Amino acid sequence: MATTTTKVETFVGKRIRRREDPRLITGTATYVEDIQMPGMHYAVILRSPHAAARIRSIDTKKAESAPGVVCVLLGKETKGVGAVPCGVAMPDLRVPQHTILATDRVYFVGHPVAVVVARDGYLARDAADLIEVDYEVLPAVADPEKALAKGAPAVHPQWPDNIAFTYHQDGGNVDKAFAEADVVVKQRIVSQRLVPMAMETRGVVAEWRNADRQLNLYTSTQIPHLVRTIVAGMLGLEENRTRVIAPEVGGGFGSKLNVYAEEALMGYVSMKIQKPVKWIESRRENFTCTIHGRGHVDFYEIAAKRDGTILGIKLKLIQDVGAYHQLLTPLIPQLSVLMMPGIYNTQNIRADIVGVFTNCVPTDAYRGAGRPEATHGIERMVDMLAAELKMDPAEIRFKNFVAKDKFPYATATGLTYDSGDYAAPLKKALDLVGYAKLRQEQADLRKQGKYMGIGISTYGEICAIGPSPATPAGGWESATVKIEPSGKVTILTGACPHGQGEETTFAQIAADELGVALDDIVVLRGDTAVVQYGIGTFGSRATAVGGTALYYALQDLKAKIKKFGAMLLESEDVTLAGGQVVDNKTGKSKPFQEIAGATYRALKLPPNTEPGLMATRFWEPPNFTFPFGAHIVVTDIDGETGQIRIRRYVAVDDCGNILNPLIVDGQIHGGVAQGLGQALWEQAVYDDNGQLVTGELTDYALPRAHLMPWIESHHTCTPSPVNPLGVKGVGEAGTIGCSPAVVNSVVDALSPLGVRHIDMPLTPEKIWKLLATKNRDVGSRGATK
Amino acid sequence: MIAQKFEYTAPKSLDEALHLLASGAKPLAGGMSLIPMMKLRLASPEHLVDLRTIQDLNFIREAGGQLHIGATASHYEIESSALLRQKCPLLTETAAAIGDVQVRNMGTIGGSVAHADPAADYPAALQALEAKFVLKGAKSERTVSAADFFVDAFATALEPGEILSEVIVPIDDARTGTSYQKMVQPASGFAIVGLAARVRVNAGKVSFVRIGVTGLSNHAYRASGAEKTFEGKTSSPANIQAAAALVAQGVDANSDLHASADFRRHLAVVHAARALKTALSRIA
Ligand SMILES: Cc1cc2nc3c(=O)[nH]c(=O)nc-3n(C[C@H](O)[C@H](O)[C@H](O)COP(=O)(O)OP(=O)(O)OC[C@H]3O[C@@H](n4cnc5c(N)ncnc54)[C@H](O)[C@@H]3O)c2cc1C
Repeated sequence: MATTTTKVETFVGKRIRRREDPRLITGTATYVEDIQMPGMHYAVILRSPHAAARIRSIDTKKAESAPGVVCVLLGKETKGVGAVPCGVAMPDLRVPQHTILATDRVYFVGHPVAVVVARDGYLARDAADLIEVDYEVLPAVADPEKALAKGAPAVHPQWPDNIAFTYHQDGGNVDKAFAEADVVVKQRIVSQRLVPMAMETRGVVAEWRNADRQLNLYTSTQIPHLVRTIVAGMLGLEENRTRVIAPEVGGGFGSKLNVYAEEALMGYVSMKIQKPVKWIESRRENFTCTIHGRGHVDFYEIAAKRDGTILGIKLKLIQDVGAYHQLLTPLIPQLSVLMMPGIYNTQNIRADIVGVFTNCVPTDAYRGAGRPEATHGIERMVDMLAAELKMDPAEIRFKNFVAKDKFPYATATGLTYDSGDYAAPLKKALDLVGYAKLRQEQADLRKQGKYMGIGISTYGEICAIGPSPATPAGGWESATVKIEPSGKVTILTGACPHGQGEETTFAQIAADELGVALDDIVVLRGDTAVVQYGIGTFGSRATAVGGTALYYALQDLKAKIKKFGAMLLESEDVTLAGGQVVDNKTGKSKPFQEIAGATYRALKLPPNTEPGLMATRFWEPPNFTFPFGAHIVVTDIDGETGQIRIRRYVAVDDCGNILNPLIVDGQIHGGVAQGLGQALWEQAVYDDNGQLVTGELTDYALPRAHLMPWIESHHTCTPSPVNPLGVKGVGEAGTIGCSPAVVNSVVDALSPLGVRHIDMPLTPEKIWKLLATKNRDVGSRGATK
Repeated sequence: MIAQKFEYTAPKSLDEALHLLASGAKPLAGGMSLIPMMKLRLASPEHLVDLRTIQDLNFIREAGGQLHIGATASHYEIESSALLRQKCPLLTETAAAIGDVQVRNMGTIGGSVAHADPAADYPAALQALEAKFVLKGAKSERTVSAADFFVDAFATALEPGEILSEVIVPIDDARTGTSYQKMVQPASGFAIVGLAARVRVNAGKVSFVRIGVTGLSNHAYRASGAEKTFEGKTSSPANIQAAAALVAQGVDANSDLHASADFRRHLAVVHAARALKTALSRIA
């Protein structure tokens, strides 16, 4: 028996390589597409080529008699299946009936019209070409501002004004603030529609087992349990006989935080043909049928005193909804409103949202979900205000930050910021970038007619989503920890990591708490038959909420291990450390593995204690967490071509305690990549007929590795008091902080020409036009009071 | 993204391939343009004949004072060829500017030239090099100049049943400088505009200049107006600018989401000046 405590390696806070990566980089992970089953059939969905049309008739005869075809299903047959749900309740929300297949009308390009099932995918695809649909094409509207205009085509005939919902929020006294202001700056700011573009498109395998009345549904999702509850409801199945499995999920970015028609549709097909069926979304379908993100037109007004003190903010927000509400569509712009004051101390806000139906695929959560739009808005407005007042953009921020001693801080929008030191990351970023020297260089370059810009964005965001009352479907998260008789540890998390690395970070937490090796721990997720109920991975919540549930489950087990250890050591006074229970008096110890065995062997039990070592916790967070940071971007602009080169990218992010710096860096890098995508390249462009012009990767400019600047990633650390880990969340920070820093930088570069705002993406042509004509406000018509 | 059903043959010899092509099959080279079109069902050939399995089409060699490049030489093989780097650096520079690594590993010069995408890179360089293309059919062989080959967008002098079997380019002496300058379309990697310049200076005067332009119009062309203006002049910045200003003259410029016609024209001028300047700076 060991008598000394061995010092066990600790893991939290270290740059541990991701344990999930070997299977990913060796190509041995199992995605939905990799699943094969005996008797598997394949489905291909015929989709509308029109944005708005009445279906006069559909002739499926040729397709049905095509080789290998088992059946062709139309909307009239699937009418009994429940509607694709919107999870958001609002007083005046208009919810169009969203059937899984179109019945008599189509509302956007890509609207599912028929499904062809065949014994192989090629034959199904060929047969889909043989279906003849007679459409009566109707006028469409794809632009939300045009949809609001009088006389615009009605997306849904029952609502000729195209208004999907409105939302109003007032905080403080905005009218007074604006009346007392020395200066008011106004600007129209667009956050263009984006395509989330997970590397793995969506896909579903449905396997109906008739004898057991059991549906097994493999789907590429971020929320397997919610999909189970909802799809079981749509199909009239029992929840405990519906098993949803999210196998390896190749990215989601919010696009798989949803319940889609195809998930219920494949269940229906499998029940009908009594065979497993597979549907894999093509890239083209991913472009036109999986939710888009953003899609705002914002009208901002910011009021301030001459010394730069912000007094109030007004926002009129037009949200492009698309043709339907998906799961969270109407909620996303409300997140923008919550975040609209940014990290500035202003208690007067007014926001009006109008959600607008268009003949486009619905918008919903995309990395940042409402917060990038809000941050872009406030960070642009603060820069414009600084320009108006001839103040330095750093100085105006320092002046307005919520002071470090004001936390917890109640915002005008009803949030309580948990902790913060907003000046710290900005100071650090300014030092790192060498701000004063850069301003000098900029002045020199301007004399030579060269365009160089320095852009600052200081963001705050809402993470760890979130307290249940603030979410549509519960905001808690669950964890089960099983310590096996051998002492090996299995974690079942209700979160559903799909690239974020919790198989590593959760193992780090457990390894340190229990004093075991990382390799002794397995993290399971994504299978409703294996994992207790869970909410899923989105809103930078998995570690802050799911990790906390894990932490508490581990505390339960530690207490039990100590009880057993004390019993075996015949001691009253023990500690658990370094994988051993140690008698504090004698120094004698029992290794954790031996105790684990004893709990199952159960020869002897401590009083009032059950055998076994397993604990489950559901943790309800008392608040969100609020990470923050400062990004500074230095750009050089080619005066001849309008091309933007990013010279420096300094990111100082505060996400509270850091469990694994390597993973945090990865999240920041990926987030920044997507922020740059929005700032510089990406745009989902629909033409007036509702055709997606950028519907292929040859036209939709996704950020590529070789286009990335070097990201200088740094941190400050302000732990969150909301959870015992002190973590805040980092999945979306990069995206939120990035785009305004880039645009501020480019506007700063062009400010000698009188440029004060440019809408994203900052294409070379827009810049060239500004350079050539000194024309202001490309793509928008703002004005200063 | 599933193509229609098709036959596939990997022929052992060029004759076998030409025989199959004569009966209506379509050549497949790197597949980097053809396969995406098939997946989108914009092309549905019934029979593909793979040219990459034919040894006789894959070479890069010097013969008779010229450089001969087989149709299936990949962009990467051209980019990394020591022979070409030394004797025709314009081609290696152009190859290196194409798409991304995966595309350069798979795509071929024959496929790119035959496909004649109006935004492809090689055609600008091949116009500036006054390249010749050997076209072979089951019973024919002819040589066509670049000037005559590119007819329209995706349309060339190739007749049905013919393949492009080799590209022939001249070897320039050390007094020649070349450069390829490209504005990249960020989504596809293709050229918004691409300008290839080839210049010689004699006794302080520009004695020879060739400018190839891609991306601007329906097919790559030589900017002969600009060439004529520049020849015989000094290579002063003003003269470079004056020549560059003419590269888009009389051209019906393409316009799309990524660049309007006006912007493309402007970019052509800017990149022409840059290509000329860089080419001049490279004269030994
Ligand atoms: C992501 C991506 C990015 C790209 N970026 C660029 C870029 O930046 N610049 C650029 O120039 N190109 C770019 N391309 C196109 C690429 O260079 C292709 O390789 C090229 O256009 C076609 O060559 P291939 O060998 O792949 O031909 P294939 O795709 O196999 O064939 C193309 C066509 O040519 C015909 N064909 C092929 N070989 C012959 C022959 N020897 N004789 C007669 N007909 C023949 C085929 O029948 C077919 O019609 C890109 C492609 C992709 C997918």
